[in-house]
Amino acid sequence: MPNQGKPRNRFLFSKALWVLPAAFLLFFFLVPLVKILLVMVSRSGVLSANAILQPLLFTLWQAALSMLLTLALGLPAAYIFARYNFTGKGALRLLTTLPFILPTVVVAAGFSALLGPRGLLNGWLMQAFDLQIPPISFMNTLGAILIAHVFYNTSVVIRIVGSALVQFDPRIEEAGRVLGGSRWRVFREVTLPLLRPSILVAALMVFLFDFTSFGVILLLGGPKFATLEVSIYTQTLSMLNLKMAGLLSFIQLACTFGLTLLYTRLNGKRSVPLMPRLKGEGVRKPHGIFEKAAIVFLVIILIVLIVSPLAALAIKSVLQMDVSTQTTSLTLAHYRELFINRNDAFFYVPPAKAALNSLYYAAVTVLISVGLGLTASYALVRQQGLKRWLDPLIMLPLGTSAVTLGLGFLITFNQPPLDVSSFPLLIPLAHSLVALPFVVRTIQPALASIPASLGESAASLGASPWQVWRKVELPIIHRAIMVGVIFSFTLSLGEFGATSFLARPDTPTLPVAIYRFLSQPGAMNYGQAMAMATLLMLACALAIGLLEKLQVEGSAEI
Amino acid sequence: MKKVILVLLIGALLAGCTSKPAGPQTLTVMTHDSFAISEGLVTQFESENNVKLVFLKSGDTGSAINRAILTKGSPEADVFYGVDNTFLSRALNEDLFVSYASPGLAQIPAEFKLDDQKRALPVDYGDVCINYDKAYFASQALLLPQSLDDLLKPEYGQGSGTEGLLVVENPAISSPGLAFLLATIAEYGEDGYLDYWQALKDNGLVVVNDWSTAYYTNFSGSSGKGAQPMVVSYASSPAVEVVYAATPITDAPTASLVGDGMCFRQIEFVGILKGTQNEKMAQKFVDFMLGKDFQEDMPLQMFVYPVNPDAVLPEVFVTYNQIPETTDALDAQLIAEKRDVWIQAWTDTVLK
Repeated sequence: MPNQGKPRNRFLFSKALWVLPAAFLLFFFLVPLVKILLVMVSRSGVLSANAILQPLLFTLWQAALSMLLTLALGLPAAYIFARYNFTGKGALRLLTTLPFILPTVVVAAGFSALLGPRGLLNGWLMQAFDLQIPPISFMNTLGAILIAHVFYNTSVVIRIVGSALVQFDPRIEEAGRVLGGSRWRVFREVTLPLLRPSILVAALMVFLFDFTSFGVILLLGGPKFATLEVSIYTQTLSMLNLKMAGLLSFIQLACTFGLTLLYTRLNGKRSVPLMPRLKGEGVRKPHGIFEKAAIVFLVIILIVLIVSPLAALAIKSVLQMDVSTQTTSLTLAHYRELFINRNDAFFYVPPAKAALNSLYYAAVTVLISVGLGLTASYALVRQQGLKRWLDPLIMLPLGTSAVTLGLGFLITFNQPPLDVSSFPLLIPLAHSLVALPFVVRTIQPALASIPASLGESAASLGASPWQVWRKVELPIIHRAIMVGVIFSFTLSLGEFGATSFLARPDTPTLPVAIYRFLSQPGAMNYGQAMAMATLLMLACALAIGLLEKLQVEGSAEI
Repeated sequence: MKKVILVLLIGALLAGCTSKPAGPQTLTVMTHDSFAISEGLVTQFESENNVKLVFLKSGDTGSAINRAILTKGSPEADVFYGVDNTFLSRALNEDLFVSYASPGLAQIPAEFKLDDQKRALPVDYGDVCINYDKAYFASQALLLPQSLDDLLKPEYGQGSGTEGLLVVENPAISSPGLAFLLATIAEYGEDGYLDYWQALKDNGLVVVNDWSTAYYTNFSGSSGKGAQPMVVSYASSPAVEVVYAATPITDAPTASLVGDGMCFRQIEFVGILKGTQNEKMAQKFVDFMLGKDFQEDMPLQMFVYPVNPDAVLPEVFVTYNQIPETTDALDAQLIAEKRDVWIQAWTDTVLK
């Protein structure tokens, strides 16, 4: 009986699964965080209650509003992507993922080109109605913050809720219809409750992203708005008041912890059993005028809100203005200039190299976060007791200030071989901290809903544990894994805060390179930033397209 | 297919782990993101001194100083470049640097030497001034403001709706923003500057957080084509507009307002970090930074002015930049003491 020892080994193995993610979080999150917080609070500085309460309330308020708006657009969008086939669906889905990778500086430029005082829309309105003053004031308003958050995070809802919808057994809804439920009633009483866990996950992730929002508040909201994250930044870098910054960081962490607990309570333990599903099952062409009109309406909103700012950047990258004649013409000069080191600059980095740096860090981030995310998800599903401490611990990095954690990394990892200049992996490790909660939040629910009987029956038919995983569990969770892969990939590509602390000057990422251009005057610098942002979008679109192609091939095998 | 990808990814992972090559001694320079230098000069210093230069950049000046302060005692680097006169006293009070009486200091004018004990040595300076959009002022036949007081005149006020013609940066976030606030404090004194800002605000002042937004989103003279024809930037920005023009141009689209009291001078310093194991080499690097070659390289790399009067300025600087005859100065120790109070009072007046 050679198989006899196996169950016991497997039992031990699964008992020890939590060690890996826990060790990762201990070394690369808790140690640097605790170290920096201790240093911060031990320094002298002035504390003021007013400087805490106001940003805290505003942070919560704008995050809640942004989350609701993002859900209002993301949920219907997720539904039409998951349930209907229509022309351009693949391209639109891909485009909605791109905002995630764009640095706020260029996004602000995109929005300004459309909605700024001299933007496209104001220009049209002023011409059409013969106005002297631009009618829309968008920059530096709460509206700008909300719209930018919807722009950035709608894809979170589309991907998370969408993958749950695709994984859904259509027979459950069909049963509801057969039993006489109207389409609306089936949706409300069957579909919606079944989607609850994934909607909650999406809401939590979007809320946390908005909660720690920095660039959007700073660049689009303007100086009248300050979130906790912005206050931490000013207290640390401008006032050098580390004590206050430490306190604010701590409050941010406490809020994140509280939110995670609230989420766990709301989520409960119920999960719907999932079975492997065929690709394309439950997807159809829209029928009838109502469905078609609804889809057209949503597609238009997505194009206006998400695609048009992206397009504005790409268009700006190929336009140049002749100052003497005040005429605009098409050009590839900005792209050509990217490849020239005109003044023998020591820190010049060819765009291909910056792109390769970015892609390399993103690939490593995917490996680390998906590897650890899978392990952590299995541990959480198999040992419910872990939930109490491992779950909130995994979520905490999302609510940690990039400035604080960046400084923590710098004071913790400053001796060779573990220092910034000799250990380039610090960057993807920092990215993985933010990506890990995502991966776990998407994989764990899918894993939890696999009925135990499924694996057991496969095993009793003689399948090895590996075969059970490969043939039974993987087909069910592969969509969730792919969502995790795409998110960790895009998160890493777009991350700027921690990267700006940790990147070596000779190996910048694309966002770091874009910031370099926009920190100097000159039409060529501006154009090159737009060109670089367009290249970043292209590189990301290509990579995601490839990943999704892989996924299609993968599911065809099954 | 998946296995192939996995192998490729792992290969990529290992490729990134190449260790530092063993070789000559290394000298590490910690600085901010704006630091730039010619490749040729780096090679020259390296070969002359048989040393390898490593640069650590971490964000803006504030981040870089924090990094130095937090790793004080066992510093990550040997030399720190980029602390300016608004942060100088903080850095000196933190006791970051050791003294070094570089022979290069001899030629440098006294006005730049703010630290008697020679712990922080001046390297370059830049004047924060208001830049204006030449085309806008010409098309509107508008006179240029000659002083800070002039900015309160109605013609620079609410030209287009509720917004006036001037955009400034938030001094709590941006270093030129802080410099401009300091210019007003030097001009109107601690008792008067808030009234001035209140009047500016009433005249439609636009405030944004950072330089990039002010210059590229709000300023009409940049490629962003914003709504304000005046922006707080640097006196060297017009030359940069020419150097980085989209098509070769012979006239800068912008210029600076350099009336009395309108500009604030930022001076940047270099210091040898306390606890360095390479003090001799660090001293050589400081000498190198004060020397003619590096001083002449800086203008076109970092768009700042050299403190060494022997350094010859590039032609674009001479042709397109206006140099203020007088700039405002405030005592570095006073800035260190009052900075937070001033910024807070400014925030309460202008942003509330």
